[in-house]
Amino acid sequence: MIVEALKKEGVEVIFGYPGGAVIDIYDELYKTPEIKHVLVRHEQGAAHAADGYARSTGKVGVALVTSGPGATNTVTGIATAYMDSIPIVVLTGQVPTKLIGNDAFQEVDITGITRPITKHNFLVKKIEDLPKILKAAFYIAKTGRPGPVLVDLPKDIQQAKGEFNYPEEIKLRSYNPVYEPHIKQIEKAYTLLEQAERPVLMLGGGVIASNASEEAVKLAEKLNLPVVMTLMGLGAFPGEHYQALGMLGMHGTYYANMAVANCDVLLAVGARFDDRVTGKVDAFAPGAKIIHIDIDPTSIQKNVKVDVPIVADCKRALTRLLEVTKLVGRPKKYWKERFKDWWEQIDIWKKRYPLSYKEDPNYIKPQFVIEKLYELTKGEAIVATEVGQNQMWTALFYKFKYPRTLITSGGLGTMGFGFPASIGAQMGNPEKLVIDIAGDGSIQMNIQELATAMEQKLPIKIIILNNGYLGMVRQWQELFYGKRYSAVKFNVLPDFVKLAEAYGAVGIRITRPEEVEPTLKKILSMNTLVILDVHISPEEGVFPMVPAGKATTEMILV
Amino acid sequence: MSEKRHTLSVLVENTPGALARIAGLFSGRGFNIDSLCVAETLDPTLSHLTLVTHGDDQIIEQIIKQLRRLVDVYKVVNVTEEGEYVEREMALIKVRAEKENREEIFRICEIFRCKIVDVSPRSYVVEVTGDKNKLEAVIELLKPMGIKEIVRTGIIAMKREKKST
Repeated sequence: MIVEALKKEGVEVIFGYPGGAVIDIYDELYKTPEIKHVLVRHEQGAAHAADGYARSTGKVGVALVTSGPGATNTVTGIATAYMDSIPIVVLTGQVPTKLIGNDAFQEVDITGITRPITKHNFLVKKIEDLPKILKAAFYIAKTGRPGPVLVDLPKDIQQAKGEFNYPEEIKLRSYNPVYEPHIKQIEKAYTLLEQAERPVLMLGGGVIASNASEEAVKLAEKLNLPVVMTLMGLGAFPGEHYQALGMLGMHGTYYANMAVANCDVLLAVGARFDDRVTGKVDAFAPGAKIIHIDIDPTSIQKNVKVDVPIVADCKRALTRLLEVTKLVGRPKKYWKERFKDWWEQIDIWKKRYPLSYKEDPNYIKPQFVIEKLYELTKGEAIVATEVGQNQMWTALFYKFKYPRTLITSGGLGTMGFGFPASIGAQMGNPEKLVIDIAGDGSIQMNIQELATAMEQKLPIKIIILNNGYLGMVRQWQELFYGKRYSAVKFNVLPDFVKLAEAYGAVGIRITRPEEVEPTLKKILSMNTLVILDVHISPEEGVFPMVPAGKATTEMILV
Repeated sequence: MSEKRHTLSVLVENTPGALARIAGLFSGRGFNIDSLCVAETLDPTLSHLTLVTHGDDQIIEQIIKQLRRLVDVYKVVNVTEEGEYVEREMALIKVRAEKENREEIFRICEIFRCKIVDVSPRSYVVEVTGDKNKLEAVIELLKPMGIKEIVRTGIIAMKREKKST
C-alpha cells in the first residue's frame, strides 16, 4: 500500500537503507521496478540525497529508513532540509503498534525527536488512515512554505491489508497556505518603489522555491533595480548580469552590503533576514523602508521591522507587482533616468573594492579554482558545496546563472551535506554535470557515500579545496582569537587519490597553479567519478568578512 | 516595549502530538506559558486550549503566527485584544480547619461564594471559581489559617457577545 502510494505520487527514486522494521516495504519495492531505489551507505546520506534531489529538481525527495538508529541517523538531514525549506518525505519504520512505548529492539520515538525539525510528522496507528496520511505528507511537504515531513510506519501497519483508496485531492481544514497577495499591499509596495531614490531588490531562497526567477529578472530589469542575493537566493538572478551585486551579509560583496546599508527602499523577496544576512540588526538598512514578500507570516517582522508586509507566494506577488507596474506604464527609460545617480554611486563602490584575491605564484588560490571552474562550465553545472570556506568561495566566485544550480546547506550549515546531496542532484539530473566543492574536513563527514555514487555509476566531480585545516574556524581563530589555532589542524589526512582509487574512482592531486586549468578541463570531460584533491594556500581566508554581531558596513576587506 | 499578559484561545486538531507540538514551540523558541488548559470541544475532533502568556507586542505577534503555522492548529484568537471577555479559573484549596478558625473560613467562603466540597476533622477543601484577582484574594485570606495544598485549573476564557445588535 505504501509503495502503491509512492507510485501515485509520481516518485521515481527513493534513497534508503533497509532494516528489520521496513523489510516489508523493501519486499514490495523488489517487485516495483518503476521506482528506483538508491542504496546509501549511511542514513544521513539518504536524507541529504533526497534533499539534493528536491533542491535540484523542485520535486519532493523521498528517503526510506528503518526504525531506531536508522531513523535517528536522518535527523541531521531532516534539520538541514527544515532550515532551508526543502520538500522531502522521510519514511521511517517503527516497531509494531502494540510494542510502541515498550523500549522494544530498535524502537525510538522518532516523531517526538523530529517534531521541532519537521514541518509536520505522523505516526500511522490504523491502516485506514494510511492513504490519507501519505497523501497529506506529500501535500504538506510541497505546498506553502515547503519543508520536510516524516511518516513513522509501524511494522504491523506495513503488513496489514486494507482497502486502498488513495485520495486524488486532500483538504486539511487547519492547513491553508496563503498564495495570493493582498492587492492593496502590492499597490503600497509599488508606490514606495516609485518614491524611492535608492532602491535595492533582495532575493532569497523563496524566489527559487516558488520558481519566480523569471519574474524577479523582469521586475529588476524593468525598474532598473540593483539586485543582491542571500546565499539561498544565489541563482535566482544571473550572477553575471550587470544589475547583480552578488551576495550580501557576513561574506557578502562590499558593494552589495554598501548598497543595502545606504538604500532607502528595500524590496526583500522570499528571504528571512537571518543573522548572517543582517549582521547587527539596528544597523541593517537603517534608512530604508522595507517591503517584505514571504509565504510564511512568521518570517515577517521576526528579525527586522517591515513597513509593507506581503504574505504571498513570491511568484504571484512579483507577477502582481509587474502588473501594477505595467498598468501605471512608466517606460524603462524613466526608471533608467530615475536611479541614475544611485547607480553611479554603486559603480563607485564596485570600482573601489571589487571582489578580488591576492595571486601567488607558489600556491593555488581557491578563488582561482572556482573562477576557472565557472569559466569552463559556463555556469551550466549543478554545484553542491560543503560548509565552511569552500562554501563561501563558491558563493562569491561562481556566478550562478540559473536557479536550482547551487545546492548548499544555508540555514543549518551542515558539513558533509554536499556530497550526498550531489548524489541526489545527479540522480534527478542524469544529463547534467554535477560538481561538489568540498573542504578536506567536510568531505570526510560522509565519505562513505563514494560507494553509493560508484554503485549508481554517477560521474560526480568532487573538488576538494584541501588546506589541511578546518579553514573557517581557523580563520575566526586567526582574526578574533589571537591566532590560537585550537583543534583545527588535521595532522592525519587520508590520501584522497588512493581513497578514490580504493572505491574504483579516479583520484588526481594538484599542487601548482599552472596545473589548475588543464586538470579541470581533463576531469570535466571524464565520464566517471573523480576526486580532485587541490592543495591550496593553507592560510587563505574568505573576504570580505563582517565580524559576527557587527554592522554590515564594518567589513574586513582582505 | 512593555510586557503584557495575553490570553490566547486556540482550537487544535484532536490528534496525538498536537499538544506536544505547541508545548515544544514555546520551549524551543523561548516563549513563556503562564497557564494552559485543554479539553475537548463540542466537535470531538477539535480540542480547545486556553493559553496565558506574556511578552511585548512583537513577541505576542510571533507567538500567534508561530501557532498558526502549525499544521494542526485550526484557529488562534487573542482574547485579550478582541474586546470584552469573561475569564474564569477554579482552585481547590485544602485549608487547616481547627475549631477556632472554622467560623472564619465559613465567612470567607460566603463572601466570595466559595463551596466547601470536602470536610475532615482537621481540614476543609474549598472550591473557588472566579477571575485571577478573586482567586488570589481568597488564597491571601485563607493563608493565615494554614493552607496545606492548592490545585488550580489554569484560566479559561470566552469572548462576550456584543451587547447591542
